[in-house]
Amino acid sequence: VFAYIVRRLALMLVTLVGISIVIFFLLRIVPGNIVDILFAAAGYVDPADKANLQRELGIDQPLVLQYLHWIIGLLHGDLGYSYVSEKPALDEILPRIPITARLAALALLFSASVGIPLGVISAVYQGSRLDYFLRVVSLSGLSLPSFWLGLLILMASVSLFGSIPIFNPNPQTFGEMFSTYVLPSIAVGFRSSALTMRITRSSMLEVLRQDYIRTARAKGASEASVNFQHALKNAILPVITVIGIEAAFLIGGLIVTETVFNIPGVARYLVEAIRWRDYPIVQNLVMFIALIVVLANFTVDMLYAVFDPRIRYTD
Amino acid sequence: MRSVTAFAAAILSLLVICGVARADEAKQGGILRIYHRDSPGSASIHEEATYSVNVPFMPVFNNLVIYKQDVAQNSLDTIVPDLAESWAWSADKKALTFKLRQGVKWHDGQPFTAADVKCTFDMVMGKSPQRFRKNPRKSWYDEVVDVTTNGDYEASFNLKRPQPALLALLASGYTPIYPCHVSPAEMRTHPIGTGPFKFVEFKANESIKLTRNPDYWKKGLPHLDGIEFTIIPNRSTAILAFVAGKFDLTFPTEVSIPLLKDVKTQAPNAVCVVAPNNVSTNIIVNSSNPPFDNLDIRRALALALDRKAFISIMFEGQGDIGGAMLPAPAGLWAMPQEMLEQIPGYGPDINANREAARKLMEKAGYGADKHLAVKVSTRNIPVYRDPAVILIDQLKSIYVDAELDVVETANWFSKVARKDYALGLNLTGNAVDDPDQSFYENFSCNSERNYTNYCNKDIEKMFDEQSQETDLDKRKKLVWEIDKKLQEDVARPIIFYGRTGTCWQPYVKGVTVMVNSSYNGYRYEDVWLDK
Repeated sequence: VFAYIVRRLALMLVTLVGISIVIFFLLRIVPGNIVDILFAAAGYVDPADKANLQRELGIDQPLVLQYLHWIIGLLHGDLGYSYVSEKPALDEILPRIPITARLAALALLFSASVGIPLGVISAVYQGSRLDYFLRVVSLSGLSLPSFWLGLLILMASVSLFGSIPIFNPNPQTFGEMFSTYVLPSIAVGFRSSALTMRITRSSMLEVLRQDYIRTARAKGASEASVNFQHALKNAILPVITVIGIEAAFLIGGLIVTETVFNIPGVARYLVEAIRWRDYPIVQNLVMFIALIVVLANFTVDMLYAVFDPRIRYTD
Repeated sequence: MRSVTAFAAAILSLLVICGVARADEAKQGGILRIYHRDSPGSASIHEEATYSVNVPFMPVFNNLVIYKQDVAQNSLDTIVPDLAESWAWSADKKALTFKLRQGVKWHDGQPFTAADVKCTFDMVMGKSPQRFRKNPRKSWYDEVVDVTTNGDYEASFNLKRPQPALLALLASGYTPIYPCHVSPAEMRTHPIGTGPFKFVEFKANESIKLTRNPDYWKKGLPHLDGIEFTIIPNRSTAILAFVAGKFDLTFPTEVSIPLLKDVKTQAPNAVCVVAPNNVSTNIIVNSSNPPFDNLDIRRALALALDRKAFISIMFEGQGDIGGAMLPAPAGLWAMPQEMLEQIPGYGPDINANREAARKLMEKAGYGADKHLAVKVSTRNIPVYRDPAVILIDQLKSIYVDAELDVVETANWFSKVARKDYALGLNLTGNAVDDPDQSFYENFSCNSERNYTNYCNKDIEKMFDEQSQETDLDKRKKLVWEIDKKLQEDVARPIIFYGRTGTCWQPYVKGVTVMVNSSYNGYRYEDVWLDK
């Protein structure tokens, strides 16, 4: 078990180093930098001012030096300064993380708590009207873009309640908290709940046809016990994989949802930072997201090992 | 003509509305909630060139002089003292001296003196050891030799030659006075001013907060306890939030005409004003390289334009046609309609114009079986992209097969500066409705913002001539001649000037939307909430 964990951790480290190199150099390949953008916004360019600013920001140095400077800083906990706000990158990023984390956790919770039970129900009642209805719902979940769903929620809210659930940094009541996080998390989690439901359904259908399920029923086990204790436990592995992958891809949905609901989280900030070519912010945020994704994959691997003990021996 | 009359009536009613609001007893207190369209690059007005910075940060500062905030049309007649108590021109009109207000304090408690005025303009003119990162309006003060002080409360601008428009430039929202004792870097993140509101915080992509300055030198002002800007880049979300009552005021001049209809339907009590914003949509032509080094082809291009079609498609008819200067009645310097219509391409008969354009194209070697293929470059933003598409369609009528070349904002300016384009569609905002700002900035040979490199020494002499002219009527006539010549030379063909809307809740009083600039009317010291 120890060797398995060490192997996984070593792989994580290599992945993170690779990502740091890719993100650093990809950012520099994209045409235009912060200085170009600042002068474009001012509608003029003075070569002397431009050179001064490049020197001030350190982007006139060779790329390898810039990379090493960043990595050494990162290892010392110094993330540098935002080019735009001129504040420490850490001060800009840290307050935004809990906001996005809450949103992402709620979206995943929504996805799992809605997707798994509905997937089980859909599989158990295969071919029934309920099954067809749930399949239509899941298909719509996969087809509706989250920005569209988000806008619909906003418009419905204004039209029905005369209010709009845009971000409130200091929610005073449960209702405010609910509207601040729950509605956006539904908008972002609806798609992955649909995917979770479909995977649960197909995985359950496969398991429900196994001999041991027939045996369980023959032994007189209740339907609930058969479905949830015997079938779901064995059908859950692909579902965990999908939830892990969805956690990684959630950032895409969050960018849109944070924009539509005006939530000042990490995802929207990342887009703004890319727009401004605010390298210290983009690099550190992408590294942070990469770390989350790698950790999510690591967790999934560990859960695999927990749910299927054969994995730790064969890997 | 009918639309001009209707527009004039709208301006008059706006003035009446403002007058009525002022007749009421202004109530103290309350926070004005405004949504902001994007996150400003910094809080330093002098270093930026967008009204995204002026709107939230103009209330923090004072100028020497300022356009009267409750008059919609900026002019030399509406300039009033601000940090200056009075001003006087020397007999030879080459020195402008300001007597400064005494007892004014910066928000950090330091006294304001003439040294701050000198510091500010030394930095703007690039003569100070303290430098701005960017200095986009340095060229405004090209005629200023230096700024001198006489004691703590007198400052003089010494000029190379008379320039009556200097006062207009100093009254702009772009010309606040900065404190000597605060560095440019600090001013970008935590501005210190003498204005009615103190800076509290600026969270990028989130919010900007200002609070009442209790020691403001204008006793009894401001009426509001503070102003909060919530940054909402998504326009649909912002408008829905305004409709739902989360905001008292929309971001100024940011409500498009179609969106305005939505607002009026969903929030019928909202007060909405549509006004020109002195932003022209124009074509930049690279006349250094073929094929547009040929004046005939440039003229054909100007003749192909159906300006009314642009305005009806994009603004449902709410736009204006003019030259380099903002059209009347909002614009002070527009040439008369009959003069405008004499310029090739401005006549009402579009078919005849295009027929003339085709003849010019044929003269240049193009025709029905030999089309000219070009790219129309523009920024990848709807307000740029949409008119570029219409332009491409209109150019088909003169044997030009144009293709859209969208450029990310990050690369737009460097592309234009490299002259790496043939045709471009551009937007030009004018901060001050004065020829000195528009002509020198956009058409002068050495201007950094003269994107097309148009250079005509004869016209440049006329720029100086009008700039020195102190007789307003004579200056106007000179300006009309220059504007006509610029359009005939196809220096930077102006397509149209759009109008946009601003809305506020009925309890918001004292808001005036300026009709000939979107940069100068955001002091907000007179605004109050009737609730």
